[in-house]
Amino acid sequence: MWWRFRRHKLAMVGSVVVLLFYGVVLFADFFAYAAPTASEAQRSLLPPQPLHWLDGGFRPHVYGFSGRRDPVTLKRVYTPDPAKKIPVRFFARGFEYRLLGLIPADRHLVGVEGAAAEETLFLLGTDEQGRDLWSRLMYGTRTSLTIGLLGVTISLVLGVLLGGVSGFCGGGFDTVIQRVIEILRSIPTIPLWLGLAAALPSSWTVGQVYFAITLIISLIGWTELARVVRGRFLSLREEEFVMAAELAGSSQARIILTHLVPSFSSHIIAATTLALPAMIISETSLSFLGLGLRPPAVSWGVLLQQAQNVQALAISPWLLTPAIPVIVVILAFNFMGDGLRDAADPYGH
Amino acid sequence: MPTDGRPILEVRELRTYFFPEEGTVKAVDGASFEVFPGRTLGIVGESGCGKSVTAKSILRIVERPGRIVGGAIHLRREGGTDPAATIDLATLDPAGLEIRHIRGGDIALVFQEPMTSFSPVHSIGNQMVEMIRVHTRLDKAAARERAVEMLRLVGIPRPDRRIDEYAFQLSGGLRQRAMIALALSCHPRILIADEPTTALDVTTQAQILDLLRHLQAQERMAVVLITHNLGVVAEMCDEVVVMYLGRVVERGPVDAIFHAPKHPYTRALLRSIPSIRASVRTKLPTIAGSIPHPYNRPPGCPFHPRCPDVIRGVCDRSEPGPRPVGPGQTASCFLYEESP
Amino acid sequence: MTPPDPGPGPLLEVKGLRKYFPIRKGVFRKVLGHVRAVDDVSFSLDRSETLALVGESGCGKTTTSRCILRALSPTQGRILFRTGEGAVVDVARLPKSQLRPLRRQMQMIFQDPFSSLNPRKTLLDIVGEPLLVNGMRSRRERAERVAELLRLVGLRPEYMRRFPHAFSGGQRQRIGIARALALNPSLVVADEPVSALDVSVQAQILNLMVDLQAQLGLTYLFVAHDLSVVKHVSDRVAVMYVGKIVELAPTERLFDAPRHPYTEALLSAVPKPDPRLRAQRIVLQGEVADPANPPSGCYFHPRCPYAVPICRTERPRLEAVAPGHLVSCHRARELSLRGVGA
Repeated sequence: MWWRFRRHKLAMVGSVVVLLFYGVVLFADFFAYAAPTASEAQRSLLPPQPLHWLDGGFRPHVYGFSGRRDPVTLKRVYTPDPAKKIPVRFFARGFEYRLLGLIPADRHLVGVEGAAAEETLFLLGTDEQGRDLWSRLMYGTRTSLTIGLLGVTISLVLGVLLGGVSGFCGGGFDTVIQRVIEILRSIPTIPLWLGLAAALPSSWTVGQVYFAITLIISLIGWTELARVVRGRFLSLREEEFVMAAELAGSSQARIILTHLVPSFSSHIIAATTLALPAMIISETSLSFLGLGLRPPAVSWGVLLQQAQNVQALAISPWLLTPAIPVIVVILAFNFMGDGLRDAADPYGH
Repeated sequence: MPTDGRPILEVRELRTYFFPEEGTVKAVDGASFEVFPGRTLGIVGESGCGKSVTAKSILRIVERPGRIVGGAIHLRREGGTDPAATIDLATLDPAGLEIRHIRGGDIALVFQEPMTSFSPVHSIGNQMVEMIRVHTRLDKAAARERAVEMLRLVGIPRPDRRIDEYAFQLSGGLRQRAMIALALSCHPRILIADEPTTALDVTTQAQILDLLRHLQAQERMAVVLITHNLGVVAEMCDEVVVMYLGRVVERGPVDAIFHAPKHPYTRALLRSIPSIRASVRTKLPTIAGSIPHPYNRPPGCPFHPRCPDVIRGVCDRSEPGPRPVGPGQTASCFLYEESP
Repeated sequence: MTPPDPGPGPLLEVKGLRKYFPIRKGVFRKVLGHVRAVDDVSFSLDRSETLALVGESGCGKTTTSRCILRALSPTQGRILFRTGEGAVVDVARLPKSQLRPLRRQMQMIFQDPFSSLNPRKTLLDIVGEPLLVNGMRSRRERAERVAELLRLVGLRPEYMRRFPHAFSGGQRQRIGIARALALNPSLVVADEPVSALDVSVQAQILNLMVDLQAQLGLTYLFVAHDLSVVKHVSDRVAVMYVGKIVELAPTERLFDAPRHPYTEALLSAVPKPDPRLRAQRIVLQGEVADPANPPSGCYFHPRCPYAVPICRTERPRLEAVAPGHLVSCHRARELSLRGVGA
């Protein structure tokens, strides 16, 4: 299966991109250079600072800026100051964090080490409260992608369990589970989420809301997986090798574990990979609508929420940048899933 | 129709290769035969011998990544002023107007599994009417009349009612009859039947073979019967083409093939088939080994690794061409000296 | 290697076996009727004998064989099997929990050499599975036995680390046979073992089965639709039509002098590989009867060329017309039917 997957070029590219994104998830603190909540009213809605690489040799730097408020539009206007060069260093020291939650560290991928307080770096600009968008994007990636992963895990357990029971036991179990799936799938998702999200107590902490949202999303996700599992179970049960194992005296448990599960595990992997982007989109749209995670939590959806306002968007278009990773990661997951599915299909030549 | 000595269809050195990512599969590699009006040609062989691809090549319905890479398929034109005029099907655009007219009109096809040849969402009658109207100038009512008549001809009871049924409502035997009715509804000159009875039980098979023979005599068409069943060939065919791994190994009149087979493969195959006339519990002579995968086609004569009469240094080096071994009989084997 | 001598008496005796499948419809799955897939079938099978069950699709031959293996539970009837210890057990009434020791003694060879081998397992795992689940824990011991079995069916023991896709249809069927023989069964049910194979390989597998029978004293229940295949392997043949046995006779007798019109038609319908024998075939009219709604009297009467009024009203019983030759036909004694000459 692996070599067949390898030949699927688009899927390989997709997998590399997905891996990179999960690298960001693990090391978000390292890739960020500012704390996600550090705000400064003086720098609100600052446009991205272009990075200059050369200054008589390789010396990356950004220009300093001065900001003032336009007296007519009351908009803050920033003018770059080419004379003031702020050097950008790699592996610079910055705010302290714990690497992987364990090792205390203060190194970051880039930074403006030791410079004066006003000499700062805003690669993707800032939001209304003057928080650095790049750093927030890194933390948002962590939240959004782990929610997807967690949601898929929950769906997977539910789906395999219920789908397996449905497919293997058949009869009454099957009918009940299939009807439940149909009912769940027939409810329009947005109102369902709306209702469930509204039911969350506002006193809950960010962490609690995070898990609740994951659960809500997986509530829909498992049905698709359950159907895949059930279908595989039903078709595999008809295979003669299953009957042969039965005639050899193998127990039901042995048949399920050694014959059925390995035969559809690759399909499950493929189905899971294809379910992940749906989860990510779900979280993003929920948060975008203000029903999912709420500030101070940072996720792609929360970040995009700021781009809801057409006016804000016209003035500061960089607020839309969190949409780019959403698109990229979804496409990458889909390519990877397609490749896995093709590779797992024993009949695709 | 008395044979005027000229074939209605002439296949010359047909080569159809498949080009999947893993390499080239020579599904048909130099097949030549003729089909005469009013007669039945049997193409016989085991899996992977290229018999079905040959049929698909004639109708130009070979799926990708396969395509005809060489040879010619000459179809004699109907009536006309110049009776010698032929058209080379191998050069036609497989999606063009001309081949679409020939399919169903001049050459019709009957498949092994009639269930998949009928659309599940249209009644049998609708499909027949559509087919008839594509190829003739009949109006809807007349076309329906002809469809009912065809269904009656193939022995479907109560055809005026059955015409509005769907393929899945019919039993296997009736479905195959309906398929034949569909194929014959435009009075084709050639009927290609690809394993028409393989999916059927023996008593139903006997019915369908009987029907085919009867219809052939009535319609005076040429039949190309593709099968792996040597019994069916012996009962139905006038001439036989034996294929192995894409090559025609032997061809000749049916009596010669069964009573004086020359190619070692034909001989071994005939000896190894279980026979209803054998004495009870006798062991069968076998052909050693198994058919190689098309990717691992042996060099030289494709049969040489299994051949009891293999000539070392000859059969594994080059491929033998057809040599005459009897009246109208040729065998592609080095055992028979090339005639001067 | 040979199974222990179970003493005198037939190895298997099937008495009045019935298997009905309910036809359900609607939301409440109401039973509307029954498909009588197997309808009062009786026969016995001696040790080291081959009995062939032949018939056309839907005649109940496969259902019969699956009931004997208890892959299906029979609706009615007794399946008496003489175990290696000499005891006679009724397989039809055995609770599922007690089937396992019995299954070592009855094994099956499947029709489809592709679907019957798990594509994700090596030959060692496939052939070794019956050994493992029946208590042979040591991997080395299993590998030795698998090597022995592979040699027995004509495969090289070195192949045991390979996966089934590396083998041709004929070789896969050999693997299936090796698996069936792993536990030294006394009864082997072969369900159309060669019908999915190419003609040139069929002979190899048939010969192998005959050789193994002689070597190991196996008893075969050979389920097939192809009468020519049957003639090469079986001692006795039972012809089934719509869930019933219509004729049961020693192979030679059945082929040479059939006494049931259906057997005659079946024999005559088989295409003979000789163009000089284009005889007038008996072509049966109509279709096989529907087992959910069989005709009155003899099930075969609507298609029978010899039917008389009694056939429409009275169901014939399976009766002996000669020693060991049972026929279910009102006119069995008066008709002189055509067989196939040798």
